Amino acid sequence: MFRIVHKRQLSDAVFEMGVEAPRIAEKARAGQFLMLRIAEGGERIPLTFSDWSAQDGWVRFIFMRVGKTTHELAHLEVGDSLLDVVGPLGVPTHVDGLGRVAVIGGGVGAAVAYPVARAMAAAGSEVTVILGARNADLLILEDEFRALDGVDVVVATDDGSAGEKALVTAPLGRMAGEGTIDNAMAIGPAIMMKFCAQTAREHGVPCVVSLNPIMVDGTGMCGACRVTVDGETKFGCVDGPDFDGWKVDFEELMSRQRIYVDDERLADAEYSRECSCHL
Amino acid sequence: MSSVDSTGAEKPRHKASRAPRTPMSERPAKERARDFGEVGMGYTQEEAIAEANRCLQCRNATCIEGCPVNIDIKSFIGHIIDGEWSQGVAVLKERNALPAVCGRVCPQEEQCEIACVLSKKGEPVAIGRLERYLGDYDLACEIDHRCVPEVADPSGRRCAVVGSGPAGLACAGELARLGHAVTIFESLHAPGGVLTYGIPEFRLPMQIVETEIEMLTQMGVEIITDTVVGATVTLEELRTTEGFDAVFIGNGAGLPVFMGIPGENLNGVYSANEFLTRVNLMGAYDFPKADTPVWRGRKVAVVGGGNVAMDAARTALRLGAEEVFLAYRRTQDEMPARREEVHHAQQEGVEFKMLCSPVEIVGSDGFVTGFTATRMELGEPDASGRRAPVCVMDSEFTIECDTVIMAVGTRANPLLSNAAPDLELTSRGYIVADETGATNLEGIYAGGDIVTGAATVILAMGAGKRAAQAMDGWLKDLS
Ligand SMILES: Cc1cc2nc3c(=O)[nH]c(=O)nc-3n(C[C@H](O)[C@H](O)[C@H](O)COP(=O)(O)OP(=O)(O)OC[C@H]3O[C@@H](n4cnc5c(N)ncnc54)[C@H](O)[C@@H]3O)c2cc1C
Ligand code: FES
Repeated sequence: MFRIVHKRQLSDAVFEMGVEAPRIAEKARAGQFLMLRIAEGGERIPLTFSDWSAQDGWVRFIFMRVGKTTHELAHLEVGDSLLDVVGPLGVPTHVDGLGRVAVIGGGVGAAVAYPVARAMAAAGSEVTVILGARNADLLILEDEFRALDGVDVVVATDDGSAGEKALVTAPLGRMAGEGTIDNAMAIGPAIMMKFCAQTAREHGVPCVVSLNPIMVDGTGMCGACRVTVDGETKFGCVDGPDFDGWKVDFEELMSRQRIYVDDERLADAEYSRECSCHL
Repeated sequence: MSSVDSTGAEKPRHKASRAPRTPMSERPAKERARDFGEVGMGYTQEEAIAEANRCLQCRNATCIEGCPVNIDIKSFIGHIIDGEWSQGVAVLKERNALPAVCGRVCPQEEQCEIACVLSKKGEPVAIGRLERYLGDYDLACEIDHRCVPEVADPSGRRCAVVGSGPAGLACAGELARLGHAVTIFESLHAPGGVLTYGIPEFRLPMQIVETEIEMLTQMGVEIITDTVVGATVTLEELRTTEGFDAVFIGNGAGLPVFMGIPGENLNGVYSANEFLTRVNLMGAYDFPKADTPVWRGRKVAVVGGGNVAMDAARTALRLGAEEVFLAYRRTQDEMPARREEVHHAQQEGVEFKMLCSPVEIVGSDGFVTGFTATRMELGEPDASGRRAPVCVMDSEFTIECDTVIMAVGTRANPLLSNAAPDLELTSRGYIVADETGATNLEGIYAGGDIVTGAATVILAMGAGKRAAQAMDGWLKDLS
């Protein structure tokens, strides 16, 4: 059992949670993830670390309440426990020697971008974080990013309620066009990563993306997380989650993310019937 | 068979019955193919005694040689003849910690039973079913009446076991018996390895695996799940910061292999591992009660011809598929699956398309709609001694289906070894170990599928047990 030691609501549907997991906290690196299962009969879902403390023995992650599992998760409070937490999984993000780098965090992707930007800055890179969201209410962690040493923050929202009224690709394209960045890393919805990679590529800027395929075990045992990179099949959980954004087959990724939409709808409907909370 | 009973009176000499092999009742194919209940019902006491009585109790019992872990078959059958169930169980457990499991899944027909003198006449003693009978007898006992092997005095040594499949479980059981403190580290949330996530309920009920594992905890073995050695903790740390004196690695060969043909990443294409894991480990057959879904195809193709392929095909049927067929590139004679499984699959309605090898999976809107295959024919024998399949020119044809399950093999998982650069591996990533299980690293042993490549439950268990004995010797030399 893994005790919940921290919970914070970041926006209407986004939560940060911390659990006691000393062995995992000892090993966690930026860009890696954990798999959790709330209770018997639950599914295993991957969540990327947003923060950790080896000293105090906890790891944190940020999630959006979207389906049954994340709804249940959002209902848990400090003092409750998760049945299973395993990690750290995946290859850590490469953070060294990136020079001037733009880190794009879209939606909950900002949660993953946070430790990545922090680690890159600590490794001596000049980091500009581009935070994107549909509107100001959905923007998360802006203050935390601004508090990081050696990190600039640019905000873009679809409706202009915070920062500039634009998609994240606008500031990214500008920076790439002006030649003020050497590298980019995009973390967010697949469609956003696709366009970030495309924009960066147009300007010859390498762009790493952190993929979020469906997973079951997260340890290389099933292949649910298959993605095509440069024409080759890779396992997202063990070969990734970071890949060269120029080479990722995003159409396939998006298609594979939709395999279970009907099932998910069914599970959500069952769940909302069982519990008074609305979906 | 002992000829003197507890009263000291001479027993009459065993006279073997000449009855034909006692059949084991099975649920009718039509009925069982739609649920996950067990197929074979096991012997009743009368059936077990009748079958045991067929045993000739040969002076030179060749069956024992046929068993990879040399169970004293003659002796346990002797105990059945005499109605001495607990003694029979004890004999089994001297060599095999999981008789109820092995009685169900071992390929007896090519091990002990083929070595039975009666097999020359085509009807060997049903050793596997008798083993199962005693295994089940033991499981049905209250926990404190079960046969728990005696544990030696504590040695003061601590051993770590990586992986809780048959190899790890057998190793842990033997180490505990020898008096060592044992901790198993398992990466998944449940112990059992392939027994839990791979072999389906209708062949090996989960309850049996759980109860067998309970016996190990009864013996003092600690099982820590959710721990990936190589990620959560490294092999080296097990020896250093975690303070274990010796380590056994039994992490299996769990990485699925795909064919590398176009269309393999379409929705509806599964590795057998994913398909079976979703259903067995995650309980997807019970969706939406359990949270993990599985794509339920109407027309399901399974590629392969081993036990894994049979399990996937029969599982697909039970999930409600209208049609399930197997595509295999050789013929039924070359299929590596156990004959019994092939037979059961056919009875249940799995169709076999032989000499058929997919070359491309096709789809629309991201979902599978079928595949193109070529006809094969058998050529010269290859390295495995089986006749190698070769493509027939211009023989391509298309088959419609909405699900394709790839059961074409597995590889070594590199998570552990990537984080242990000094551990010697073969060119294909398997761990190099000698016959005692010793690796090139002092105090580190390995066995099971991670050494041999995908093999069998009993071979993995044998390797685990042998390694435990070698570890015991090594630990004694330490002090
Ligand atoms: C579907 C299927 C059906 C089969 N049917 C039969 C049959 O009928 N008869 C038969 O004899 N054999 C059968 N086999 C083969 C048999 O199951 C295997 O040979 C046997 O389980 C191998 O045992 P093992 O202990 O080496 O590995 P596994 O059973 O694979 O166990 C390895 C364990 O280690 C864990 N692990 C892996 N990496 C790590 C890590 N880094 N840290 C911690 N833990 C880790 C895994 O999660 C797993 O629990 C079948 C196999 C499959 C897949
Ligand atoms: S999630 Fe199973 S292999 Fe990646």
